[in-house]
Amino acid sequence: MTLSLGGFLTFAGFLSRFWPSTITGLVLGAVYALVALGYTLVYGVLRLINFANSEVFMLSAFGSFLTIEVLNIPQRLASGGDPIKTGWELVGVLALCLLVSVLIGGLSAVLVERIAYRPLRQRNAPRLVFLISAIGASFAISEAVGEWGPQRRKEYALTKFFKKEQLFKIFGADVYNSNVIVVVGAAIMALALVLFVSKSRVGRGIRAVAQDAETAKLMGVNVDRIILITFLVGGLMAGGAAFLYEIHTPFARYDVGFSIGVKAFTAAVLGGIGNVRGALLGGLLLGLIESWGSSLFGSDQNIGNVAAFVTLVLVLMVRPSGLLGESLGRSKA
Amino acid sequence: MLLEVENLHVFYGRIEAIKGISFTVDEGEIVTLIGANGAGKSTTLKTISGVRPVAQGRIIFEGKDITKMPAHKRTEIGISQAPEGRGIFPGMSVMENLEMGCYVRKDRKSNTRSADLARVFELFPRLAERKTQAGGSMSGGEQQMLAIGRALMARPRVLLLDEPSMGLAPMLIAQIFDIITEINQQGTTVLLVEQNATQALRRADRAYVLETGHVVKSAPADQLLNDPDVQAAYLGGH
Repeated sequence: MTLSLGGFLTFAGFLSRFWPSTITGLVLGAVYALVALGYTLVYGVLRLINFANSEVFMLSAFGSFLTIEVLNIPQRLASGGDPIKTGWELVGVLALCLLVSVLIGGLSAVLVERIAYRPLRQRNAPRLVFLISAIGASFAISEAVGEWGPQRRKEYALTKFFKKEQLFKIFGADVYNSNVIVVVGAAIMALALVLFVSKSRVGRGIRAVAQDAETAKLMGVNVDRIILITFLVGGLMAGGAAFLYEIHTPFARYDVGFSIGVKAFTAAVLGGIGNVRGALLGGLLLGLIESWGSSLFGSDQNIGNVAAFVTLVLVLMVRPSGLLGESLGRSKA
Repeated sequence: MLLEVENLHVFYGRIEAIKGISFTVDEGEIVTLIGANGAGKSTTLKTISGVRPVAQGRIIFEGKDITKMPAHKRTEIGISQAPEGRGIFPGMSVMENLEMGCYVRKDRKSNTRSADLARVFELFPRLAERKTQAGGSMSGGEQQMLAIGRALMARPRVLLLDEPSMGLAPMLIAQIFDIITEINQQGTTVLLVEQNATQALRRADRAYVLETGHVVKSAPADQLLNDPDVQAAYLGGH
Protein backbone atom coordinates (compact mmCIF):
# COMPACT_ATOMS: atom_id res chain seq x y z
CA MET A 1 0.00 0.00 0.00
CA THR A 2 2.71 2.42 0.99
CA LEU A 3 4.68 1.27 -2.02
CA SER A 4 1.93 2.07 -4.51
CA LEU A 5 1.19 5.35 -2.77
CA GLY A 6 4.86 6.23 -2.82
CA GLY A 7 5.01 5.26 -6.48
CA PHE A 8 2.06 7.46 -7.27
CA LEU A 9 3.54 10.42 -5.48
CA THR A 10 6.79 10.13 -7.35
CA PHE A 11 4.81 9.82 -10.58
CA ALA A 12 3.24 13.21 -9.90
CA GLY A 13 6.76 14.45 -9.17
CA PHE A 14 7.96 12.84 -12.38
CA LEU A 15 5.48 14.86 -14.41
CA SER A 16 6.63 18.06 -12.83
CA ARG A 17 10.26 17.10 -13.46
CA PHE A 18 9.62 15.70 -16.93
CA TRP A 19 11.23 18.46 -18.97
CA PRO A 20 14.28 18.99 -16.74
CA SER A 21 14.92 15.24 -16.76
CA THR A 22 14.46 15.16 -20.52
CA ILE A 23 17.19 17.77 -20.90
CA THR A 24 19.53 15.81 -18.63
CA GLY A 25 18.66 12.68 -20.61
CA LEU A 26 19.54 14.31 -23.91
CA VAL A 27 22.87 15.49 -22.53
CA LEU A 28 23.75 12.01 -21.22
CA GLY A 29 22.39 10.41 -24.38
CA ALA A 30 24.52 12.62 -26.61
CA VAL A 31 27.64 11.42 -24.76
CA TYR A 32 26.56 7.76 -24.88
CA ALA A 33 25.80 8.06 -28.59
CA LEU A 34 29.28 9.34 -29.44
CA VAL A 35 31.01 6.62 -27.44
CA ALA A 36 28.64 3.99 -28.87
CA LEU A 37 29.83 4.93 -32.37
CA GLY A 38 33.30 3.65 -31.51
CA TYR A 39 31.97 0.25 -30.40
CA THR A 40 29.71 -0.08 -33.39
CA LEU A 41 32.26 0.91 -36.04
CA VAL A 42 34.92 -1.45 -34.75
CA TYR A 43 32.37 -4.23 -34.39
CA GLY A 44 31.31 -3.58 -37.98
CA VAL A 45 34.76 -4.13 -39.49
CA LEU A 46 36.21 -6.69 -37.05
CA ARG A 47 33.23 -8.36 -35.33
CA LEU A 48 35.06 -7.45 -32.14
CA ILE A 49 33.91 -5.58 -29.05
CA ASN A 50 36.76 -3.19 -28.35
CA PHE A 51 36.47 -3.06 -24.56
CA ALA A 52 39.37 -0.62 -24.43
CA ASN A 53 37.14 2.04 -26.03
CA SER A 54 36.04 3.02 -22.52
CA GLU A 55 39.67 3.62 -21.54
CA VAL A 56 40.16 5.77 -24.62
CA PHE A 57 37.32 7.83 -23.17
CA MET A 58 38.99 7.96 -19.77
CA LEU A 59 42.36 9.07 -21.18
CA SER A 60 40.64 11.82 -23.16
CA ALA A 61 38.77 12.96 -20.06
CA PHE A 62 42.13 13.45 -18.36
CA GLY A 63 43.28 15.26 -21.47
CA SER A 64 40.61 17.91 -20.86
CA PHE A 65 41.95 18.42 -17.32
CA LEU A 66 45.45 18.72 -18.66
CA THR A 67 44.44 21.38 -21.15
CA ILE A 68 42.69 23.45 -18.49
CA GLU A 69 45.81 23.15 -16.29
CA VAL A 70 48.14 24.12 -19.09
CA LEU A 71 46.00 27.16 -19.84
CA ASN A 72 46.64 28.24 -16.23
CA ILE A 73 42.94 28.66 -15.59
CA PRO A 74 42.95 27.13 -12.07
CA GLN A 75 45.70 29.54 -10.98
CA ARG A 76 43.79 32.44 -12.46
CA LEU A 77 40.69 31.49 -10.50
CA ALA A 78 42.72 30.94 -7.32
CA SER A 79 44.10 34.45 -7.58
CA GLY A 80 40.60 35.86 -7.65
CA GLY A 81 39.93 35.90 -11.39
CA ASP A 82 36.51 35.25 -12.88
CA PRO A 83 35.54 32.12 -14.74
CA ILE A 84 35.29 32.65 -18.45
CA LYS A 85 31.89 33.99 -19.32
CA THR A 86 30.69 33.99 -22.86
CA GLY A 87 32.31 35.26 -26.00
CA TRP A 88 35.31 34.29 -28.06
CA GLU A 89 37.51 33.36 -25.13
CA LEU A 90 35.03 30.67 -24.10
CA VAL A 91 34.70 29.42 -27.67
CA GLY A 92 38.49 29.31 -27.97
CA VAL A 93 39.02 27.41 -24.72
CA LEU A 94 36.23 24.96 -25.53
CA ALA A 95 37.58 24.36 -29.02
CA LEU A 96 41.10 23.80 -27.73
CA CYS A 97 39.95 21.37 -25.03
CA LEU A 98 37.83 19.52 -27.56
CA LEU A 99 40.72 19.32 -29.98
CA VAL A 100 43.12 17.95 -27.37
CA SER A 101 40.55 15.40 -26.16
CA VAL A 102 39.74 14.29 -29.67
CA LEU A 103 43.43 13.92 -30.57
CA ILE A 104 44.21 11.94 -27.41
CA GLY A 105 41.19 9.74 -28.14
CA GLY A 106 42.22 9.08 -31.73
CA LEU A 107 45.85 8.46 -30.87
CA SER A 108 45.15 6.10 -27.98
CA ALA A 109 42.62 4.13 -30.01
CA VAL A 110 45.17 3.69 -32.79
CA LEU A 111 47.78 2.54 -30.25
CA VAL A 112 45.33 0.01 -28.81
CA GLU A 113 44.76 -1.37 -32.30
CA ARG A 114 48.46 -1.58 -33.02
CA ILE A 115 49.44 -3.16 -29.72
CA ALA A 116 46.45 -5.26 -28.64
CA TYR A 117 44.85 -6.40 -31.90
CA ARG A 118 47.03 -6.15 -34.98
CA PRO A 119 49.67 -8.67 -33.79
CA LEU A 120 46.83 -11.15 -33.15
CA ARG A 121 45.35 -10.55 -36.60
CA GLN A 122 48.67 -11.24 -38.23
CA ARG A 123 48.80 -14.58 -36.45
CA ASN A 124 45.18 -15.44 -37.32
CA ALA A 125 44.32 -15.79 -33.65
CA PRO A 126 40.91 -17.23 -32.71
CA ARG A 127 38.15 -14.77 -31.88
CA LEU A 128 38.20 -15.50 -28.15
CA VAL A 129 41.83 -14.38 -27.94
CA PHE A 130 40.89 -10.96 -29.31
CA LEU A 131 38.25 -10.65 -26.63
CA ILE A 132 40.73 -11.48 -23.88
CA SER A 133 43.19 -9.02 -25.35
CA ALA A 134 40.45 -6.35 -25.41
CA ILE A 135 39.65 -6.90 -21.74
CA GLY A 136 43.35 -6.98 -20.89
CA ALA A 137 44.02 -3.70 -22.68
CA SER A 138 41.10 -2.10 -20.88
CA PHE A 139 42.34 -3.17 -17.43
CA ALA A 140 45.95 -2.34 -18.20
CA ILE A 141 45.20 1.25 -19.24
CA SER A 142 42.78 1.90 -16.42
CA GLU A 143 45.07 0.42 -13.75
CA ALA A 144 48.11 2.23 -15.15
CA VAL A 145 46.32 5.56 -14.72
CA GLY A 146 45.13 4.45 -11.25
CA GLU A 147 48.71 3.60 -10.21
CA TRP A 148 50.77 6.27 -11.90
CA GLY A 149 48.23 8.91 -12.91
CA PRO A 150 48.32 12.47 -11.53
CA GLN A 151 45.78 11.80 -8.74
CA ARG A 152 46.27 8.03 -8.61
CA ARG A 153 42.96 6.50 -7.49
CA LYS A 154 41.39 9.69 -6.18
CA GLU A 155 38.72 11.60 -7.95
CA TYR A 156 39.87 14.58 -9.90
CA ALA A 157 37.60 17.63 -10.07
CA LEU A 158 37.67 19.77 -13.17
CA THR A 159 38.07 23.47 -12.45
CA LYS A 160 34.86 25.28 -13.23
CA PHE A 161 36.49 27.18 -16.01
CA PHE A 162 33.35 28.76 -17.35
CA LYS A 163 30.30 30.22 -15.75
CA LYS A 164 27.17 28.13 -15.94
CA GLU A 165 24.39 30.36 -17.19
CA GLN A 166 20.79 29.77 -17.90
CA LEU A 167 20.17 30.51 -21.57
CA PHE A 168 16.45 29.90 -22.02
CA LYS A 169 13.57 27.73 -20.89
CA ILE A 170 11.82 24.85 -22.64
CA PHE A 171 8.36 24.13 -21.19
CA GLY A 172 9.48 25.76 -17.99
CA ALA A 173 12.70 23.76 -17.71
CA ASP A 174 15.97 25.66 -17.43
CA VAL A 175 18.42 25.14 -20.26
CA TYR A 176 21.99 26.04 -19.42
CA ASN A 177 24.83 26.99 -21.72
CA SER A 178 26.58 23.76 -20.72
CA ASN A 179 23.60 21.69 -21.93
CA VAL A 180 23.64 23.45 -25.26
CA ILE A 181 27.41 23.00 -25.68
CA VAL A 182 27.18 19.25 -25.04
CA VAL A 183 24.19 18.57 -27.29
CA VAL A 184 25.28 20.82 -30.15
CA GLY A 185 28.89 19.61 -29.95
CA ALA A 186 27.79 15.96 -30.05
CA ALA A 187 25.35 16.62 -32.89
CA ILE A 188 28.07 18.21 -35.03
CA MET A 189 30.48 15.34 -34.41
CA ALA A 190 27.84 12.70 -35.10
CA LEU A 191 26.78 14.43 -38.31
CA ALA A 192 30.39 14.66 -39.48
CA LEU A 193 30.82 10.95 -38.81
CA VAL A 194 27.63 9.94 -40.61
CA LEU A 195 28.65 11.99 -43.65
CA PHE A 196 32.16 10.54 -43.56
CA VAL A 197 30.91 6.95 -43.46
CA SER A 198 28.14 7.38 -46.02
CA LYS A 199 29.69 9.77 -48.53
CA SER A 200 33.49 9.65 -48.52
CA ARG A 201 35.62 7.17 -50.37
CA VAL A 202 37.29 5.91 -47.19
CA GLY A 203 33.87 5.67 -45.55
CA ARG A 204 32.80 3.47 -48.42
CA GLY A 205 35.92 1.40 -47.82
CA ILE A 206 34.90 0.97 -44.17
CA ARG A 207 31.45 -0.20 -45.21
CA ALA A 208 32.92 -2.52 -47.81
CA VAL A 209 35.18 -4.20 -45.22
CA ALA A 210 32.21 -4.49 -42.84
CA GLN A 211 29.99 -6.08 -45.47
CA ASP A 212 32.49 -8.42 -47.13
CA ALA A 213 36.15 -8.09 -46.21
CA GLU A 214 37.48 -10.51 -48.81
CA THR A 215 35.68 -8.83 -51.70
CA ALA A 216 36.84 -5.47 -50.36
CA LYS A 217 40.42 -6.75 -50.75
CA LEU A 218 39.66 -7.76 -54.33
CA MET A 219 38.58 -4.15 -54.96
CA GLY A 220 41.98 -2.98 -53.79
CA VAL A 221 40.98 -1.93 -50.29
CA ASN A 222 43.89 -2.10 -47.85
CA VAL A 223 41.99 -3.78 -45.02
CA ASP A 224 44.65 -3.14 -42.36
CA ARG A 225 44.56 0.55 -43.16
CA ILE A 226 40.75 0.64 -43.03
CA ILE A 227 40.83 -1.07 -39.63
CA LEU A 228 43.30 1.51 -38.36
CA ILE A 229 41.15 4.37 -39.67
CA THR A 230 38.09 2.81 -38.04
CA PHE A 231 39.83 2.74 -34.66
CA LEU A 232 41.02 6.30 -35.22
CA VAL A 233 37.53 7.57 -36.01
CA GLY A 234 36.01 5.67 -33.07
CA GLY A 235 38.71 7.15 -30.82
CA LEU A 236 38.03 10.68 -32.08
CA MET A 237 34.37 10.23 -31.16
CA ALA A 238 35.16 8.82 -27.70
CA GLY A 239 37.62 11.69 -27.17
CA GLY A 240 35.05 14.33 -28.08
CA ALA A 241 32.49 12.60 -25.91
CA ALA A 242 34.89 12.64 -22.96
CA PHE A 243 35.31 16.39 -23.05
CA LEU A 244 31.58 16.97 -23.44
CA TYR A 245 30.95 14.62 -20.53
CA GLU A 246 33.38 16.60 -18.39
CA ILE A 247 31.40 19.75 -19.09
CA HIS A 248 28.31 18.02 -17.76
CA THR A 249 29.96 16.07 -14.93
CA PRO A 250 33.27 17.77 -14.04
CA PHE A 251 34.88 14.80 -12.29
CA ALA A 252 37.14 12.05 -13.53
CA ARG A 253 38.80 9.03 -12.03
CA TYR A 254 40.93 6.21 -13.45
CA ASP A 255 37.75 4.10 -13.74
CA VAL A 256 35.45 6.77 -15.20
CA GLY A 257 35.41 4.88 -18.50
CA PHE A 258 33.86 1.76 -17.04
CA SER A 259 30.27 2.87 -16.45
CA ILE A 260 30.22 5.09 -19.56
CA GLY A 261 31.64 2.22 -21.58
CA VAL A 262 29.01 -0.23 -20.37
CA LYS A 263 26.26 2.29 -21.16
CA ALA A 264 27.62 3.11 -24.59
CA PHE A 265 28.06 -0.55 -25.45
CA THR A 266 24.49 -1.14 -24.29
CA ALA A 267 23.37 1.76 -26.48
CA ALA A 268 25.12 0.22 -29.48
CA VAL A 269 23.38 -3.13 -28.88
CA LEU A 270 20.05 -1.40 -28.26
CA GLY A 271 20.23 0.37 -31.62
CA GLY A 272 21.69 -2.64 -33.44
CA ILE A 273 25.43 -3.24 -33.17
CA GLY A 274 27.37 -2.40 -36.30
CA ASN A 275 24.76 0.14 -37.33
CA VAL A 276 25.86 3.79 -37.16
CA ARG A 277 22.39 5.28 -36.95
CA GLY A 278 21.46 2.57 -34.46
CA ALA A 279 24.28 3.67 -32.16
CA LEU A 280 23.06 7.27 -32.25
CA LEU A 281 19.45 6.33 -31.63
CA GLY A 282 20.40 3.81 -28.93
CA GLY A 283 22.58 6.36 -27.16
CA LEU A 284 19.91 9.04 -27.06
CA LEU A 285 17.22 6.59 -25.96
CA LEU A 286 19.38 5.13 -23.24
CA GLY A 287 20.22 8.57 -21.88
CA LEU A 288 16.56 9.58 -21.83
CA ILE A 289 15.36 6.34 -20.23
CA GLU A 290 18.05 6.51 -17.59
CA SER A 291 17.18 10.09 -16.74
CA TRP A 292 13.41 9.53 -16.79
CA GLY A 293 13.89 6.35 -14.77
CA SER A 294 15.76 8.04 -11.96
CA SER A 295 13.26 10.89 -11.98
CA LEU A 296 10.29 8.50 -11.85
CA PHE A 297 11.58 6.16 -9.15
CA GLY A 298 13.47 8.68 -7.05
CA SER A 299 16.66 10.52 -7.67
CA ASP A 300 18.99 7.56 -7.09
CA GLN A 301 21.07 7.18 -10.22
CA ASN A 302 21.22 3.38 -9.88
CA ILE A 303 17.47 3.26 -10.46
CA GLY A 304 18.10 4.98 -13.77
CA ASN A 305 20.59 2.26 -14.66
CA VAL A 306 18.03 -0.39 -13.78
CA ALA A 307 15.48 1.29 -16.07
CA ALA A 308 18.04 1.45 -18.88
CA PHE A 309 19.00 -2.22 -18.70
CA VAL A 310 15.41 -3.42 -18.28
CA THR A 311 14.60 -1.55 -21.48
CA LEU A 312 17.53 -3.23 -23.22
CA VAL A 313 16.31 -6.67 -22.19
CA LEU A 314 12.74 -5.92 -23.29
CA VAL A 315 13.86 -4.58 -26.67
CA LEU A 316 16.14 -7.55 -27.30
CA MET A 317 13.30 -9.95 -26.46
CA VAL A 318 11.24 -8.44 -29.26
CA ARG A 319 14.03 -7.44 -31.63
CA PRO A 320 17.14 -9.55 -30.98
CA SER A 321 19.22 -7.58 -33.50
CA GLY A 322 18.41 -4.22 -31.92
CA LEU A 323 16.09 -1.41 -32.95
CA LEU A 324 17.55 -0.67 -36.37
CA GLY A 325 19.09 -4.09 -37.04
CA GLU A 326 22.68 -5.24 -37.01
CA SER A 327 25.69 -4.40 -39.05
CA LEU A 328 27.27 -1.54 -40.83
CA GLY A 329 25.50 -0.93 -44.08
CA ARG A 330 24.13 -4.43 -44.22
CA SER A 331 20.81 -2.83 -43.60
CA LYS A 332 21.14 0.76 -44.68
CA ALA A 333 23.45 2.86 -42.53
CA MET B 1 52.91 -13.54 -71.50
CA LEU B 2 50.54 -11.43 -69.44
CA LEU B 3 50.09 -13.88 -66.59
CA GLU B 4 52.17 -16.92 -65.73
CA VAL B 5 51.48 -19.34 -62.91
CA GLU B 6 54.42 -21.63 -62.17
CA ASN B 7 54.23 -24.77 -60.07
CA LEU B 8 51.70 -23.22 -57.68
CA HIS B 9 50.94 -24.93 -54.36
CA VAL B 10 48.20 -23.58 -52.08
CA PHE B 11 46.85 -24.95 -48.83
CA TYR B 12 43.28 -24.58 -47.69
CA GLY B 13 43.60 -25.06 -43.96
CA ARG B 14 45.69 -28.22 -43.70
CA ILE B 15 44.54 -29.62 -47.03
CA GLU B 16 46.65 -28.99 -50.08
CA ALA B 17 44.06 -27.62 -52.52
CA ILE B 18 46.47 -26.76 -55.35
CA LYS B 19 49.24 -29.26 -55.92
CA GLY B 20 51.67 -27.66 -58.30
CA ILE B 21 49.75 -26.25 -61.23
CA SER B 22 51.24 -24.21 -64.07
CA PHE B 23 49.48 -22.27 -66.78
CA THR B 24 49.75 -19.10 -68.81
CA VAL B 25 47.40 -16.41 -70.07
CA ASP B 26 48.46 -14.36 -73.06
CA GLU B 27 47.40 -10.81 -73.84
CA GLY B 28 43.96 -10.69 -75.48
CA GLU B 29 43.02 -14.32 -74.78
CA ILE B 30 40.10 -15.91 -73.04
CA VAL B 31 41.57 -18.77 -71.04
CA THR B 32 39.33 -21.06 -69.05
CA LEU B 33 39.98 -23.42 -66.17
CA ILE B 34 37.34 -26.13 -66.07
CA GLY B 35 36.85 -28.93 -63.61
CA ALA B 36 34.53 -30.40 -61.03
CA ASN B 37 33.66 -28.90 -57.68
CA GLY B 38 36.71 -28.98 -55.42
CA ALA B 39 39.21 -29.21 -58.27
CA GLY B 40 40.84 -25.99 -57.02
CA LYS B 41 39.57 -23.54 -59.61
CA SER B 42 38.32 -20.85 -57.23
CA THR B 43 41.34 -21.21 -54.97
CA THR B 44 43.54 -20.59 -58.00
CA LEU B 45 41.76 -17.32 -58.81
CA LYS B 46 41.80 -16.20 -55.18
CA THR B 47 45.52 -16.90 -55.03
CA ILE B 48 46.16 -14.88 -58.19
CA SER B 49 44.23 -12.01 -56.60
CA GLY B 50 46.30 -12.37 -53.43
CA VAL B 51 43.64 -13.33 -50.91
CA ARG B 52 45.13 -16.84 -50.41
CA PRO B 53 48.77 -17.30 -49.46
CA VAL B 54 51.09 -19.18 -51.80
CA ALA B 55 52.87 -22.15 -50.20
CA GLN B 56 55.21 -22.74 -53.10
CA GLY B 57 55.60 -21.62 -56.70
CA ARG B 58 55.38 -18.25 -58.42
CA ILE B 59 52.86 -15.92 -60.01
CA ILE B 60 54.29 -13.64 -62.67
CA PHE B 61 52.32 -10.72 -64.09
CA GLU B 62 53.74 -8.75 -67.02
CA GLY B 63 57.12 -10.28 -66.32
CA LYS B 64 57.12 -9.23 -62.66
CA ASP B 65 57.03 -11.68 -59.76
CA ILE B 66 53.91 -10.77 -57.72
CA THR B 67 53.82 -13.90 -55.54
CA LYS B 68 54.25 -11.88 -52.35
CA MET B 69 52.46 -8.70 -53.39
CA PRO B 70 49.54 -7.76 -51.06
CA ALA B 71 46.04 -8.15 -52.52
CA HIS B 72 45.17 -4.45 -52.64
CA LYS B 73 48.26 -3.67 -54.74
CA ARG B 74 47.31 -6.30 -57.32
CA THR B 75 44.14 -4.43 -58.18
CA GLU B 76 46.27 -1.36 -58.84
CA ILE B 77 48.51 -3.14 -61.34
CA GLY B 78 45.54 -4.46 -63.30
CA ILE B 79 44.25 -7.71 -61.82
CA SER B 80 40.54 -7.52 -61.15
CA GLN B 81 38.08 -10.21 -60.14
CA ALA B 82 34.35 -10.89 -60.14
CA PRO B 83 34.42 -13.45 -57.33
CA GLU B 84 32.56 -16.68 -56.76
CA GLY B 85 29.09 -15.92 -55.40
CA ARG B 86 29.43 -12.44 -56.91
CA GLY B 87 30.52 -10.67 -53.71
CA ILE B 88 28.10 -7.78 -54.11
CA PHE B 89 28.15 -5.37 -51.15
CA PRO B 90 24.54 -5.88 -50.10
CA GLY B 91 24.04 -2.58 -48.27
CA MET B 92 25.49 -0.46 -51.07
CA SER B 93 23.62 0.83 -54.07
CA VAL B 94 24.51 -0.24 -57.61
CA MET B 95 26.41 3.02 -58.06
CA GLU B 96 28.35 2.57 -54.82
CA ASN B 97 29.25 -0.99 -55.80
CA LEU B 98 30.58 0.32 -59.11
CA GLU B 99 32.50 3.04 -57.27
CA MET B 100 34.15 0.31 -55.19
CA GLY B 101 35.41 -1.13 -58.47
CA CYS B 102 37.57 1.94 -59.07
CA TYR B 103 38.48 2.40 -55.40
CA VAL B 104 42.22 2.33 -56.11
CA ARG B 105 42.28 4.17 -59.40
CA LYS B 106 44.23 7.40 -59.28
CA ASP B 107 42.10 8.86 -62.09
CA ARG B 108 38.80 7.90 -60.51
CA LYS B 109 37.51 11.48 -60.64
CA SER B 110 38.44 12.10 -64.25
CA ASN B 111 36.77 11.63 -67.60
CA THR B 112 38.21 8.15 -68.09
CA ARG B 113 36.17 7.06 -65.12
CA SER B 114 32.95 8.43 -66.56
CA ALA B 115 33.88 6.80 -69.87
CA ASP B 116 34.29 3.48 -68.06
CA LEU B 117 31.00 3.97 -66.30
CA ALA B 118 29.32 4.66 -69.64
CA ARG B 119 30.89 1.50 -71.05
CA VAL B 120 29.60 -0.60 -68.15
CA PHE B 121 26.10 0.82 -68.57
CA GLU B 122 26.29 0.11 -72.29
CA LEU B 123 27.25 -3.51 -71.64
CA PHE B 124 24.65 -3.83 -68.88
CA PRO B 125 21.76 -1.40 -69.52
CA ARG B 126 19.96 -3.05 -66.61
CA LEU B 127 22.46 -1.53 -64.17
CA ALA B 128 21.83 1.96 -65.54
CA GLU B 129 18.15 1.53 -64.74
CA ARG B 130 18.90 0.50 -61.17
CA LYS B 131 21.63 2.87 -60.04
CA THR B 132 20.11 3.54 -56.63
CA GLN B 133 18.88 0.04 -55.83
CA ALA B 134 20.62 -1.79 -52.98
CA GLY B 135 22.93 -4.52 -54.29
CA GLY B 136 21.49 -7.05 -51.85
CA SER B 137 17.97 -6.70 -53.25
CA MET B 138 18.90 -7.53 -56.85
CA SER B 139 18.29 -10.84 -58.62
CA GLY B 140 21.14 -13.30 -59.18
CA GLY B 141 21.56 -12.32 -62.81
CA GLU B 142 21.63 -8.62 -62.03
CA GLN B 143 24.16 -9.22 -59.27
CA GLN B 144 26.38 -11.09 -61.70
CA MET B 145 26.19 -8.19 -64.14
CA LEU B 146 27.05 -5.82 -61.31
CA ALA B 147 29.99 -7.99 -60.24
CA ILE B 148 31.44 -8.01 -63.77
CA GLY B 149 30.71 -4.31 -64.29
CA ARG B 150 32.36 -3.49 -60.98
CA ALA B 151 35.47 -5.49 -61.90
CA LEU B 152 35.65 -3.59 -65.21
CA MET B 153 35.63 -0.26 -63.37
CA ALA B 154 39.18 -1.04 -62.26
CA ARG B 155 40.27 -1.01 -65.94
CA PRO B 156 41.84 -4.44 -65.56
CA ARG B 157 44.64 -5.81 -67.71
CA VAL B 158 43.25 -9.23 -66.87
CA LEU B 159 39.69 -9.92 -65.72
CA LEU B 160 39.26 -12.97 -63.47
CA LEU B 161 35.75 -14.41 -63.58
CA ASP B 162 34.78 -17.06 -61.04
CA GLU B 163 31.74 -19.09 -62.15
CA PRO B 164 29.74 -16.28 -63.73
CA SER B 165 27.02 -18.78 -64.73
CA MET B 166 26.43 -20.14 -61.24
CA GLY B 167 22.74 -20.28 -60.28
CA LEU B 168 21.49 -18.54 -63.41
CA ALA B 169 18.77 -19.59 -65.87
CA PRO B 170 20.04 -20.94 -69.24
CA MET B 171 18.93 -17.89 -71.22
CA LEU B 172 20.70 -15.58 -68.82
CA ILE B 173 23.84 -17.76 -68.95
CA ALA B 174 24.03 -17.35 -72.72
CA GLN B 175 23.58 -13.60 -72.31
CA ILE B 176 26.34 -13.32 -69.71
CA PHE B 177 28.72 -15.32 -71.91
CA ASP B 178 27.90 -13.09 -74.89
CA ILE B 179 28.90 -10.09 -72.82
CA ILE B 180 32.11 -11.78 -71.65
CA THR B 181 33.01 -12.40 -75.29
CA GLU B 182 32.25 -8.77 -76.09
CA ILE B 183 34.41 -7.52 -73.22
CA ASN B 184 37.24 -9.66 -74.56
CA GLN B 185 36.78 -8.36 -78.08
CA GLN B 186 37.03 -4.83 -76.71
CA GLY B 187 40.54 -5.76 -75.58
CA THR B 188 40.36 -7.15 -72.04
CA THR B 189 42.13 -10.43 -71.32
CA VAL B 190 39.89 -12.89 -69.49
CA LEU B 191 40.69 -15.80 -67.18
CA LEU B 192 37.46 -17.70 -66.69
CA VAL B 193 36.71 -20.42 -64.16
CA GLU B 194 33.62 -22.48 -64.93
CA GLN B 195 31.71 -25.63 -64.12
CA ASN B 196 29.56 -25.00 -67.18
CA ALA B 197 32.27 -26.46 -69.41
CA THR B 198 30.26 -26.40 -72.64
CA GLN B 199 29.75 -22.64 -72.60
CA ALA B 200 33.27 -21.96 -71.32
CA LEU B 201 34.94 -24.08 -74.02
CA ARG B 202 32.82 -22.52 -76.76
CA ARG B 203 33.92 -19.03 -75.78
CA ALA B 204 37.53 -19.57 -74.77
CA ASP B 205 40.72 -19.66 -76.83
CA ARG B 206 42.50 -22.15 -74.62
CA ALA B 207 41.51 -24.31 -71.69
CA TYR B 208 43.04 -26.20 -68.77
CA VAL B 209 41.27 -29.09 -67.09
CA LEU B 210 41.79 -29.23 -63.33
CA GLU B 211 41.31 -32.34 -61.22
CA THR B 212 41.94 -32.35 -57.45
CA GLY B 213 44.58 -29.66 -57.61
CA HIS B 214 46.40 -30.83 -60.76
CA VAL B 215 46.23 -29.73 -64.38
CA VAL B 216 45.36 -32.95 -66.21
CA LYS B 217 44.88 -31.52 -69.70
CA SER B 218 45.60 -28.34 -71.58
CA ALA B 219 44.72 -27.58 -75.18
CA PRO B 220 42.94 -25.11 -77.47
CA ALA B 221 39.33 -24.90 -76.31
CA ASP B 222 37.70 -26.23 -79.50
CA GLN B 223 39.96 -29.26 -79.36
CA LEU B 224 38.82 -30.06 -75.80
CA LEU B 225 35.21 -29.59 -76.87
CA ASN B 226 35.70 -32.62 -79.12
CA ASP B 227 37.89 -34.60 -76.74
CA PRO B 228 36.05 -37.85 -75.81
CA ASP B 229 37.40 -37.88 -72.22
CA VAL B 230 36.38 -34.28 -71.62
CA GLN B 231 33.01 -34.90 -73.22
CA ALA B 232 32.40 -37.87 -70.95
CA ALA B 233 33.52 -36.10 -67.78
CA TYR B 234 32.39 -32.50 -68.20
CA LEU B 235 30.07 -32.08 -71.16
CA GLY B 236 27.35 -34.50 -70.13
CA GLY B 237 28.59 -37.19 -72.55
CA HIS B 238 27.18 -35.73 -75.76
